[in-house]
Amino acid sequence: MHTPLTGAAVYGGGGMGFLGGSIVIEEMARFCSNSGLLIVLAMLSTRVIHLSGTEEQKNKYLTGIAKGELRGSYALTEPHAGSDAGNIRTRAVLEGDEWVINGQKAFCSGPDKADFITVAAKTDPNAGTRGITYFLVPTDTPGFSIARHERKMGTKGISTCVLDFDNVAVPKENQIGELNRGFKSAMLGFNQMRPAIGARAVGLAQGCLDYAANYAKEREAFGQAIAHFQGIQFMLADMFMEIEAARLLVYRAAALVDAGFGDKDHARYFSAAKAYASDMAMKVAIDSIQVLGGAGYMKDHPLERLMRDAKQIQIVEGTSQIQRIIIARNLLGL
Amino acid sequence: MTQAAGARTNFDLTEAQELLRRTVRELAETRIAPRAAEIDEKEEYPEDIFQLLREHDLLGIYIAEKYGGAGLGNVEYCIAVEEICRVCSNTPLALTVHFLATRAIDIAGSEAQKSHCLSGVANGALKCSFSSTEPHAGTDVGNIKTRAVLEGDEWIINGQKAFCTGAPLADFIVLAAKTDPAAGHRGISLFIVPGDAPGFTVGSPERKMGMRGAPTCPLFFDNCRIPAENLIGEVNGGFKTAMLAFNQARPGIGARGVGLAQGCLDYAANYAKEREAFGQSIAHFQGIQFILADMFMAVEAARLLVYRAAAMVDAGRFGKESVHFISAAKCYAADMAMKASIDAIQVLGGAGYLRDHPLERFMRDAKQLQIIEGTSQVQRGIIARNLLGL
Repeated sequence: MHTPLTGAAVYGGGGMGFLGGSIVIEEMARFCSNSGLLIVLAMLSTRVIHLSGTEEQKNKYLTGIAKGELRGSYALTEPHAGSDAGNIRTRAVLEGDEWVINGQKAFCSGPDKADFITVAAKTDPNAGTRGITYFLVPTDTPGFSIARHERKMGTKGISTCVLDFDNVAVPKENQIGELNRGFKSAMLGFNQMRPAIGARAVGLAQGCLDYAANYAKEREAFGQAIAHFQGIQFMLADMFMEIEAARLLVYRAAALVDAGFGDKDHARYFSAAKAYASDMAMKVAIDSIQVLGGAGYMKDHPLERLMRDAKQIQIVEGTSQIQRIIIARNLLGL
Repeated sequence: MTQAAGARTNFDLTEAQELLRRTVRELAETRIAPRAAEIDEKEEYPEDIFQLLREHDLLGIYIAEKYGGAGLGNVEYCIAVEEICRVCSNTPLALTVHFLATRAIDIAGSEAQKSHCLSGVANGALKCSFSSTEPHAGTDVGNIKTRAVLEGDEWIINGQKAFCTGAPLADFIVLAAKTDPAAGHRGISLFIVPGDAPGFTVGSPERKMGMRGAPTCPLFFDNCRIPAENLIGEVNGGFKTAMLAFNQARPGIGARGVGLAQGCLDYAANYAKEREAFGQSIAHFQGIQFILADMFMAVEAARLLVYRAAAMVDAGRFGKESVHFISAAKCYAADMAMKASIDAIQVLGGAGYLRDHPLERFMRDAKQLQIIEGTSQVQRGIIARNLLGL
């Protein structure tokens, strides 16, 4: 399967846009949160290339990703700087024809399988968010290493790692976009990615609802299927309402990106889709286990896995708290 | 609750209760907390911690002195459970699982049964479990199918049970079985089944999301034979005894929720004070402050519901007419703990999702509280029926 259906057709992608990509991710996430991440990672690692890369970079990396010949990963977060991205310390210095990168990254998804990593580094240490540049770092570059595989509650099919950069030298042309303008491309990229993350949550929640509803129709207690009890009906009805609301927020946000409105002025729509969908998915996963009772707590059913996976969505690519800040600032014009 | 004129309404615990809290907290922090993650990861029953509770005379905290217990009340029992749960949810099962099983004996058992079972549990010589749920009948207890038939001076038991926690370790199991299959919940009796009774086997442990320090297993009874005197109370009177035992046990489950949530709040608050972002500790941001303040309010409300329910049990008010207070404590505390654990991880961000911190374990353990000993839905049904007089 050629994963990035969203990729521009000119680079061998499906050209289906972010709405198409969101639908694909949603349908996979109904059964498996890890598989959906394969598409998310492809999108995430190529976003800044798509937004600000050279034609050569696009030809090589977007085409490689579209054909499944290359896999990418993305590294911004550091141990002491997650939400506070302007405060990263990984440093890139131009020495002759090469950028030399030193530092450490945290919470990087899938680097052990990646051919390249899109890495954010400081090129002007005194300039905060205005001193960040992105670089393409092939994973076989000397000095690059995976320092640790994290042990996680869920989303265990894709590794999460700490990365070490020890005098990692990459060619000058591996710089993505303009010097010191990486943060802006990154934020734009995050905006555009948010519907896709929301789609993971919508799919996960839909999978929970479908499973719980089927179980409720089959499980008998007090002489009838538990689907006949209002206590169960109301839980399922609430799930349905919340999933539909989240799905519409996600589709609307994806459609905005596809229509060329994926900019800062519309940030609240992307953040609303991501935060609402992920908080909703967490709640739906918890409630769906409740429909199964004790059986839902066991690994014989998929719901305990979906619940552990749901928690991750409230955290990745901007926590639910960060999304609320973005929404409020955008609303208030701050 | 009415009080004598001039009496002061006092929500404080007594000096002795506060001393108990401090003692158990210290034990939990110094001896149990360092083992908690390992118990979860290795899925091992913490025999060493069981022995620790035994050495400190905590196993029989709720058992009468004449049977070798400390003779303390449900409030003290809840305080002990709560303090241990602040660091480890698996350890207190040595209290809560035994509590449920021994309450039925305490309520309806013979003097010989009490003398053997309560004394053995109080001094740590005996472990036990309670088993009612079957594959097709959990909440719908009246519909269980496991059958007990009296033949001469033995009960012959046939059937299958599900989700019995602690079964492989149990020296005896308090078992609910049908003695009049046509009579619904009025045809249920309780029995003491020795762990080595002929015809009784424990199946493989279930694979669970959390609460991995205590095995949860199916039970199989194939012409299992136990002596006639192992019947607890009257024939066909088991449902009522079991319900009264559940009523007494529910404050303790609520206490698990309160302790777990307090542990989450303490951990997240400490982290917030140490973690810096945007040039200051994140504790200074309103977004974090409001999450922690909401947790505090919810934990305190749940704690008061739990203590009040426990005090009602101690006052003998655990019959059907008072049960909405007891169900409110269990349900509110369990739902609150689920939410607190999810929100606490949020304070840590990505770090909270990792097993380097205890919160992902707390979240997996919290889910179990919404299910066991009557789901949150069953509790709401009980509360509503009592409120509405149905």
